[in-house]
Amino acid sequence: MTLAATLAGLAAGTTDLAADSRGFLSPTGVEIAFLLVGLVTFGAAVVTVTTKQLVHAALWLVVTLGGLAVEYLLLTAEFIAWVQVLIYVGSVIVLLLFGLMLTRAPIGRSPDADSGNRWVALAVAVAAAAALVWVVVDAFRTTWIDLDGAPAGSTDVTGASLFQHWVLPFEALSVLLLAALVGAIVLSRKATADAATAAATGTPPAGSPPAVAPPTTAPVTDPATGPASAPVTGPSASGAADAGSDTEGSR
Amino acid sequence: MHLAYPAVLSALLFCTGLYGVLARRNAILVLMSVELMLNAVNLNLVAFDVWLSRAAEETLHSGQALTLFTIAIAAAEIGIGLAIVLAVYRNRGTSDIDRLRDTAEGHEPDGPDAPDHDASAPRAAAENAEATA
Amino acid sequence: MTTTTLAVLVPLLPFLGALAGLLLGRTAPGFVRPLAVLPTLASLVLAAVVAARQGGGRAVDAATELTPTGSVPIELALYIDGFAALTAVLVTVVAACVQIYSTGYLRDDPRYPSYAALVSLFTSAMLLVVYSGDLMVLLVGWEVMGICSYFLVGHYWETPQARAASLKAFLVTKLGDVPFLIGLFALATEAGSFRITRILDAVAGGGIEHPTLIALLLLAGVAGKSAQFPLHTWLPDAMAGPTPVSALIHAATMVAAGVYFVARLLPLFEASRAAMTVLAVMAAVTMAGSALAALAQDDIKRVLAYSTISQLGYMTGALAVADRGAAVFHLLSHGAFKALLFLAAGVIIHAAGTNSLAAMSRMSHLRDRVPDAYWTMTVALLALAAIPPFSGFFSKEAVLGVAEHVVTGHTEHAPAAAGWIVLLAGLLTALLTAAYATRLWLLAFRGHGPEAPDHGRQPLTMTAVLWVLAVPSLAFGGFAFRVLPDWFDGHDLTPTLTTSVLGTGVALVGGIVTYATWRHTTAYAARTPLGAVAAHPEGGAGRVEAEAIAGHEPAYGDIAYAPDPSDPGRLLLGPLHRHAAAGFHLDAVYTALFVRPVRAGARLVRFLDREVVDTYVRGAGTLPRWLGTAVRRAQTGNLQTYVSVLLAGTVVLAVAAVLVATGA
Repeated sequence: MTLAATLAGLAAGTTDLAADSRGFLSPTGVEIAFLLVGLVTFGAAVVTVTTKQLVHAALWLVVTLGGLAVEYLLLTAEFIAWVQVLIYVGSVIVLLLFGLMLTRAPIGRSPDADSGNRWVALAVAVAAAAALVWVVVDAFRTTWIDLDGAPAGSTDVTGASLFQHWVLPFEALSVLLLAALVGAIVLSRKATADAATAAATGTPPAGSPPAVAPPTTAPVTDPATGPASAPVTGPSASGAADAGSDTEGSR
Repeated sequence: MHLAYPAVLSALLFCTGLYGVLARRNAILVLMSVELMLNAVNLNLVAFDVWLSRAAEETLHSGQALTLFTIAIAAAEIGIGLAIVLAVYRNRGTSDIDRLRDTAEGHEPDGPDAPDHDASAPRAAAENAEATA
Repeated sequence: MTTTTLAVLVPLLPFLGALAGLLLGRTAPGFVRPLAVLPTLASLVLAAVVAARQGGGRAVDAATELTPTGSVPIELALYIDGFAALTAVLVTVVAACVQIYSTGYLRDDPRYPSYAALVSLFTSAMLLVVYSGDLMVLLVGWEVMGICSYFLVGHYWETPQARAASLKAFLVTKLGDVPFLIGLFALATEAGSFRITRILDAVAGGGIEHPTLIALLLLAGVAGKSAQFPLHTWLPDAMAGPTPVSALIHAATMVAAGVYFVARLLPLFEASRAAMTVLAVMAAVTMAGSALAALAQDDIKRVLAYSTISQLGYMTGALAVADRGAAVFHLLSHGAFKALLFLAAGVIIHAAGTNSLAAMSRMSHLRDRVPDAYWTMTVALLALAAIPPFSGFFSKEAVLGVAEHVVTGHTEHAPAAAGWIVLLAGLLTALLTAAYATRLWLLAFRGHGPEAPDHGRQPLTMTAVLWVLAVPSLAFGGFAFRVLPDWFDGHDLTPTLTTSVLGTGVALVGGIVTYATWRHTTAYAARTPLGAVAAHPEGGAGRVEAEAIAGHEPAYGDIAYAPDPSDPGRLLLGPLHRHAAAGFHLDAVYTALFVRPVRAGARLVRFLDREVVDTYVRGAGTLPRWLGTAVRRAQTGNLQTYVSVLLAGTVVLAVAAVLVATGA
């Protein structure tokens, strides 16, 4: 709260520098664009966390992240925007889709996508949103970002600051990435070894590729699914991949 | 541009992600929601960096640098997270978060071949209903 | 080396031997026997050297204060006068004999290492009591002796008698030790020191304000330790321990500690005529009553135990007429011949396979099986019965002579009433002593019936010490009564004509009457067959004895009594016999007075604890358990629930903080 208060004080200072007459009822063009893209982004995010089709959720997440990239561009942070597109849309979403496939997520509507915790979660989220929006608006309602002049986040500027002031954290980050890489490999290998022993004792062949998994494991994947959802759990994971690519193509 | 726009958008996205973390059943969906929350933070960082670089002549661009770091860490996180989810899935045959209840009071640790998955599911649902109520 | 250094070494050597024995007992069994015998022998030599150097001259007095401890200082003090030097020689002689005897007696005992170490520790503690010049240090030795006695009496802890006896010995002596401790503190507070010399100075200077109270409190501890009426009941039961332990602890040394203590502080007791009278009554009741009880016992060791109590009564009697020279004289000679009696009894029990006199009186040729024990025991019994010229005669006559002195008014130290009490009780006891000594000898060695079993010769270690101890029993008194006054207070210890004639006369009467009775009753022996012998007569002496003790009660119906019509004691005592055999039912009285109320109290406390207190405790536990059951339902194991609640709390806190910060 002290941070908010400080920022509010700073904002009050900048308000004097900026024009006083700027209100919310006379938006600039950039603001209108930001607002529209923001609405789309927020809507996509809401759909992402509420849709009952798991693959759709991943695809709506693409829309959200893409929208955020556009917002970065509007904020003149072009390098961040391209990094966002490259890493999130390019790799993270692909990873998530692979994860969905490997865990044999059902294609189509699954009525149990949300847990029983939904209403508590909704209450907590709405309360948190109300509190945050209230504080943020109260603190920054007069603060103005001057977007004219040289872009604040061009590749030139970002690169200069990154390799002048942030070299050491940058290198440390590379070590962290290496550690994460090794960690992911170790986790996967260990799981394979465990699965091999489990298979030797007669348990379901969890370590085998999903495509060749016997159909009898499908109920194990989702035993709480009622009889109504049984048809949609039927298709194999390879089919799920096809369906996912189809959906993507249709978008 | 008013700083309130990106700030409010960021807050809303964060709370959306929060809802997803709390309400989604599939672990991968939870991971997606975590990504949403991280991106909300990123938006905040970028917006304030742009504002400060003009208003306070700040040349370090710490907001943008931190955004880049966050993106890199998010990538690492999603890799590790997926590896964990896959390991859990292979061992338990499920990636549903509300099935992973080994810490529950009176819960007997069941092996990967626990035969009472079907039997325990209604009970778990009933407990969920109680918790919700 | 100076006399002080030597004197410090005397208690230290057995202590180190005990430590080494306990440490090496399991790892190096070969060292156990040398570690038991050699330190005791060495301290015997050193004690003799100390006695020779002291020579009855000025007392050796040395003290060092380790650390200041508050108001009354506690010092490591040595005080060696003639009493201490000679008593230490007696203790070490008996201890050395017992250690040597034990190597043969407990030859096959698996617990011999701990036994030998405890005997060494006991010897060390007794020597500490004897040499100490500070009452607190004396108390340390006093209590160490108590705990050693507990362990040694319970040596055969497989038998219920030994367990009960060790507990009883411990509790009864502790019952006396509590007032003893209070008395010590009261004495030190009034005298301003725990040093014996300073206390005696204070007494001489009239610095003690409550001599009667302190003397009576101290007397309780003395009665417990020296087995005086009414705290003597533990000693006969303590015979459930091994015979060498009985010889060392319950005949020669530990029970003498109380007498020795009173002898040291006699001026304090003299300051209170009431305490002296109490002491005299206590001595009289003890010596006469336990002599009667000794006449009725069937267990040979219980006869000797009651005899010990009776003889200790003589010593306290001598103290009651304010002559510690006579008391310590009797202590020394009694220590020698009573140790001999016990050790010889151990040999006899081993040879006969039983501890019952009734069974022994139905065996012939027992004396041929154990000639050493026969001859030495005869000497010791003659000494006990105070037949001249054996040592017991001189020491007992010294006691009676002093009593007669008091009666005829030749001394101012003691009330004449005490003199009368001691003199009459002493003469009566002399009669009874001769009677039970004769009975013991006749029943043990003059039996008729089948021949005693032959188990071969007894080990040399066991028979040799009998002869060693027979020498002082025979000759100590005759040689010592002229020399001892130089070592002691200077009172003349020569027998007076009146008491000598009277004492010897009643002793002869007692012996002859008993013999005549025995001649009359021995014919009944053949008609009532009796006798049970140990199941393993070829086993070690210790094992035979343990089996004999354990077997006495099932075989004869009582631990102290046998239904034997050929017992001369039965005819002599008449209707009193049954009560005397049970120790005049003092145990039953204690049971009714103390044991039952304590048990009832324990049951009440148990009831209160189980039913009342526990109800509240259970009630206090039930509410949290219900709360726990309720809270446990929140532990669903669902992470999302946990995080939801966590974040809800965070939001509430954040909103509250914002409201506070903005002053809303």
